[in-house]
Amino acid sequence: MPIITIREALNQAIREELARDERVFLMGEEVAEYDGAYKVTKGLLKEFGPKRVIDSPITELGFAGLGVGAAMVGLRPIIEFMTFNFSILATDQIINSAAKMLYMSGGQFNIPIVFRGPSGSAFQVSSQHSQAIESWYAHFPGLKVVMPSTAADAKGLLKSAIRDDDPVIFMEQERMYGNKGEVPDDPDFTIPLGVADVKREGTDVTIVARSLMVPVALKAADKLQEQGVSCEVIDPRTIRPLDIDTIIDSVKKTNRVVLAEESHPICGINAEISTQIMERAFDHLDAPVKRVSGIDVPMPYAKNLENLVVPDVDRLIAAVKEVAYLD
Amino acid sequence: MSKQTAEPISAAGAEEKSSTSVLDASEPDQKTLGRERNEAKERQKSRLAAMDRETLLNIYHQMLLIRRFEEKSAEVYVAGKIGGFCHLYIGQEAVAVGALSALRKDDYVITSYREHGHAIAKGMSPESVMAELYGKATGCSKGKGGSMHMFDKEVNFLGGHGIVGGQIPLATGTAFGSKYLGTDQVTLCFFGEAAVNQGAFHESLNMAQLWKLPVIYICENNRYGMGTSLERAMSLQNVAQKGDAYDMASEFVDGMDVLAVREATMRAVERGRKDYLPTLLEIRTYRFMGHSMSDPGNYRTRAEIEKYQERDPINLFVASLKEEKIVDDKALKRIDEEVKQQVENAVKFAEESPYPAPEELYTDIYANPIDPSKNKAR
Repeated sequence: MPIITIREALNQAIREELARDERVFLMGEEVAEYDGAYKVTKGLLKEFGPKRVIDSPITELGFAGLGVGAAMVGLRPIIEFMTFNFSILATDQIINSAAKMLYMSGGQFNIPIVFRGPSGSAFQVSSQHSQAIESWYAHFPGLKVVMPSTAADAKGLLKSAIRDDDPVIFMEQERMYGNKGEVPDDPDFTIPLGVADVKREGTDVTIVARSLMVPVALKAADKLQEQGVSCEVIDPRTIRPLDIDTIIDSVKKTNRVVLAEESHPICGINAEISTQIMERAFDHLDAPVKRVSGIDVPMPYAKNLENLVVPDVDRLIAAVKEVAYLD
Repeated sequence: MSKQTAEPISAAGAEEKSSTSVLDASEPDQKTLGRERNEAKERQKSRLAAMDRETLLNIYHQMLLIRRFEEKSAEVYVAGKIGGFCHLYIGQEAVAVGALSALRKDDYVITSYREHGHAIAKGMSPESVMAELYGKATGCSKGKGGSMHMFDKEVNFLGGHGIVGGQIPLATGTAFGSKYLGTDQVTLCFFGEAAVNQGAFHESLNMAQLWKLPVIYICENNRYGMGTSLERAMSLQNVAQKGDAYDMASEFVDGMDVLAVREATMRAVERGRKDYLPTLLEIRTYRFMGHSMSDPGNYRTRAEIEKYQERDPINLFVASLKEEKIVDDKALKRIDEEVKQQVENAVKFAEESPYPAPEELYTDIYANPIDPSKNKAR
């Protein structure tokens, strides 16, 4: 199987789906002539032309809404936000239009659209360009929210998202575009939305991690293994709908759980997962659920401060030891 | 045609000044007023002569139907049959009816939350609209949308939208879709003048002209955004002129003159259909009722409302039809009776329809629902 970067995997997914379905088009800032601010869309303009791959003005509310309108009349837009930080300008169209259209039209207008782009912490770009806002979107029925952590997942899930008939928020991780992994080159390779993946099997502690936290959790698990602690790492991959059963099954096996995320802890996804574990597996817990989240401050610029914010291997190891009552 | 229409034509609005002068704050002198009235009369005469009787009667029928439908909506709202917000269209009927009379059935219409009139004018049944107001299962949105969210895919009515200006980018997208798919369907997008202050308006007009999209933006300038007058909210109150900022063709229209609305819309539709070009129409109108049913109305005077009611769009149209002997009292009475019956039928249908089943709460959230607990793919 070819080993490629997440960036290349995403590019393949978009290319294959543009080739597969004429109704799919890609729009966003710098996606065409510039080849994408993060080069995810490299070469697509050349291959598919300006009708299918469209540079937009810097007008997020406008082109997000344009995409929703185009979806209402039968197209399948992929709307790229240069980063999800800028999607905040478009939340009215994403939440009030895309998420609710099918419901408030009594089932008449579904919105097959993908809003995608990098999200989460970046490197030293301070508060406005470095934040994880998945819990905003995951809050709303009508949306699906996907966060891949490997190249194969990125490709398979993005293809499923583009083929899906509902609005999908597809959040790539800005720091992870260069991460490599094995990716099938079969154009029919997809990964279904709403299915968690056990990234590592273990018996002592469950770590639930998504996006950037998956490689951190796997590293922590390696180190803990050396100390005799066996960790199971679960990547939900889709935040809404959430495959809670896979998490519950694991917790019932290990009886201890650490939840890792880069986002702020208040009203975050881990708060939700934690509650569902309490509701469904309370009697199986041998220790309180432990969350490891981004520190609850706006992201600072200075490198040393930034490093304190994003959860790292050491913080995860400490959390695992806490729930395992070690040290 | 394309070259000419690609240029802003808001100057052409000056020629139409006679028809908008009554709406202006400054009063012209009596001599000018008299001349303008005569010109307007002549114009109306030739317009009427150019149209067939059936179309004219249909326009009257639709305006009256919307008027009576809205009066009935107010009545049943007060009686507690309709919940939530209820924004009535009374006074503005000539805008929806005139504009939509210029469309083909497969053209798209999308509008704001004051949309009962547009829905009916687009061909939705008064029954399905009233049932939606009642929150019944037989409503056009199955009772899930209510007054502000009427939809009907069958007639390409793409909704009432509740966030001021939110439908403007959507309309830009449906027009993008028409061009992308190579159809010649145009999109009519209605919004009030207060929406013009939203970024969504400006972002949309920029894209529509930049990419040459077949969308007609219709600003229904009724002078008030809820209780805030145009003068208190807009630095440049000439909405049509804002088209210039985007190099977009634009035009003023007298919204109390249904045929003026129809003609301006026809020009814009042709521009959209033939040349994939957008247009901004500022249609000056006035709502005779409050912003919604709960409006105390203390931001304007009774005298002001009465001044506009002198130019009631339905009365104006009837007067011109009668003057040209296109209708007589008998024909008018017949239409009145028909309309009365239609509204009664709508209420009866709504009253007798069932509420949505409780299970409906959980349907229509996703087109492809995913239940992870049932997903054994892993």
